[in-house]
Amino acid sequence: MKPFRIHHGRAAPLDRVNVDTDQIIPKQFLKRIEKTGFGQFLFYDWRFGADGKKTGQFVLDDPRYAGASVLVAGKNFGCGSSREHAVWALADFGFRAVISSSFADIFANNSTKNGFLTVRLSEEETAELMRRAREIDGHELTIDLEKCEVRDDRGFRAKFTIDEFVRHCLLNGLDDIGLTLQHEAEIAAYEAKHPAPAGIRG
Amino acid sequence: MAARTLFEKIWDSHLVATPAGRSPILYIDLHLVHEVTSPQAFDGLRATGRRVRQTARTVATVDHNVPTEPRGTPITDEIAARQIAALQANCEEFGVRLFDMDSPEQGIVHVIGPELGLTQPGMTIVCGDSHTSTHGAFGSLAFGIGTSEVEHVLATQCLAQQKPKTMKIDVRGRLPEGVTAKDLALGIIGQIGTDGAMGHVIEYAGEAVRGLSMEGRMTLCNMSIEAGARAGMVAPDETTFAYVRGRRFAPAEWEKAVSQWRDLPSDWDAAFDKVVEIDAAQLSPFVTWGTNPGMVAPVTGRVPDLSALRESERRAAELALQYMGLEPGKRIQEIGIDRVFIGSCTNSRIEDLRAAARVARGHRVASKVRALVVPGSQTVKRAAETEGLHQIFLDAGFEWRESGCSMCLGMNPDILQPGERCASTSNRNFEGRQGRGGRTHLVSPMMAAAAAIAGHFTDVREWKFR
Ligand code: SF4
Repeated sequence: MKPFRIHHGRAAPLDRVNVDTDQIIPKQFLKRIEKTGFGQFLFYDWRFGADGKKTGQFVLDDPRYAGASVLVAGKNFGCGSSREHAVWALADFGFRAVISSSFADIFANNSTKNGFLTVRLSEEETAELMRRAREIDGHELTIDLEKCEVRDDRGFRAKFTIDEFVRHCLLNGLDDIGLTLQHEAEIAAYEAKHPAPAGIRG
Repeated sequence: MAARTLFEKIWDSHLVATPAGRSPILYIDLHLVHEVTSPQAFDGLRATGRRVRQTARTVATVDHNVPTEPRGTPITDEIAARQIAALQANCEEFGVRLFDMDSPEQGIVHVIGPELGLTQPGMTIVCGDSHTSTHGAFGSLAFGIGTSEVEHVLATQCLAQQKPKTMKIDVRGRLPEGVTAKDLALGIIGQIGTDGAMGHVIEYAGEAVRGLSMEGRMTLCNMSIEAGARAGMVAPDETTFAYVRGRRFAPAEWEKAVSQWRDLPSDWDAAFDKVVEIDAAQLSPFVTWGTNPGMVAPVTGRVPDLSALRESERRAAELALQYMGLEPGKRIQEIGIDRVFIGSCTNSRIEDLRAAARVARGHRVASKVRALVVPGSQTVKRAAETEGLHQIFLDAGFEWRESGCSMCLGMNPDILQPGERCASTSNRNFEGRQGRGGRTHLVSPMMAAAAAIAGHFTDVREWKFR
């Protein structure tokens, strides 16, 4: 996994609450069996008309936000289905992080497995960043996971909290599975006490 | 020992390791797998030379994009066919038991787990699907995971998890006639909001919950995720044991298992991080009017007046009404519909079909409405056909299909056309969920059947049963 330490990039505002994973990546694109190539379908129904042509109306297609890598969004971001494709699509599109005042649990969990950061700030701080992203041309943010801080060069500075272990894995790009397998002896001991039921194995 | 909740008992007994400064490692008893969220996980195993650690705790089926036309009809969607083929090949290669397209036990993963007796009290259960919360109805800790975690569980049979908080939803009194588990779920989400249980595991308790059948409890727990919960659960009791008993994968040492299960319910003095009380008598059949399951009104009510909403909710409601093509203040019973979908892991079990058939019997589906009944599994389908339910539906003008997720998410050919309005027994009314531009109203199976016949929403409490 790609480590996440300090990221600096353009911010794009998505001023909606409860953005669900069906919107982030509609189901017709879940049939791919690879992890790549989802970015082109990000927010598909909002970006493209029924004829498959880009409407140009969606905020991410506004040239002011070209190349944005930090998304600022309303509360309860990523609710709905467990599809990790939502994270893959955001990352493939070029985002490294989303800032919101709250995230759905599964989405936040999926993010960490992909070196993608969900940054929780207060509603006021999120609203302020939303305002700056809208009003300041080419507004850029620094997301500093070492200091657990979001800042810009116009005096904005906010701290965020994140689970220590999750932070450790993100900073070092650690493979979760490898970490768990360090506990092989404990897993084996648990399994010795709790044998698997007979009958399921094909 | 200190008083503990049902959740805490299961959590504690499944801790494999609690490394300092890291998330605890939890053992997973049962891992359910389907075609959409697994191919990249199996790829990951191949890339790292890992195997499936416990094939005896892993069960797969195909459900999300199987067509609901008669089995044997070729799958015309090439990419869907590729995904189904990928699961078949992966199960073969890694030795995972698959209930495939042609299996007499194929069905929606959350329907077949309980039906086969795989789902049992006290277990930890995961699946790459958010509605895994359904299995909590048995007093298990069941939650949805993403594809990276699917790979993690395949490789290690464990998950590194941060401990969620606990929330008790205490439903006082009994559900009135015509008010179902689905209405209870919608009523709760309407009250606490779609993020009301975020970060929490819900335990549903109280007289109304005890009075639900296992199928009702599954409907209720299924919708937990729509309130933002990590999982939902109901303490196991005689109703639970009676349901599991005799099923194909029920424990061989039955008495021993039951006696362990009896220790699971929360201690009477166990503390929850949050408690919510619901008065069952105040509930009625509900219909959602917006684009998330919390945007809900009683069938006798109206689409809200925007000026009556709090500032923070107004914008979301405005966007929702625009998408739904509804005016503020419109009476729910005046909303006409084009399509009806009875199915999904929320409401496609035999009791759901019985309830819908009871409403439909002797009536005709309104001429402008196209209505679909999709049983949750092949087993449900057979049971319904033995009871003659399919004939009631067919006589009334409903279509009777093969099992699968179908129009719940429209990954197979069953989708809404832009602007079409659907009364649906599924769990999500998100924009485009049932097809781009489609408008979904969530209801119970009885309410869906009644709407199919009336051509608009109608109060099932006043229904003329024939
Ligand atoms: S029926 Fe719908 S909600 Fe349930 S598993 Fe299938 S797609 Fe998901």
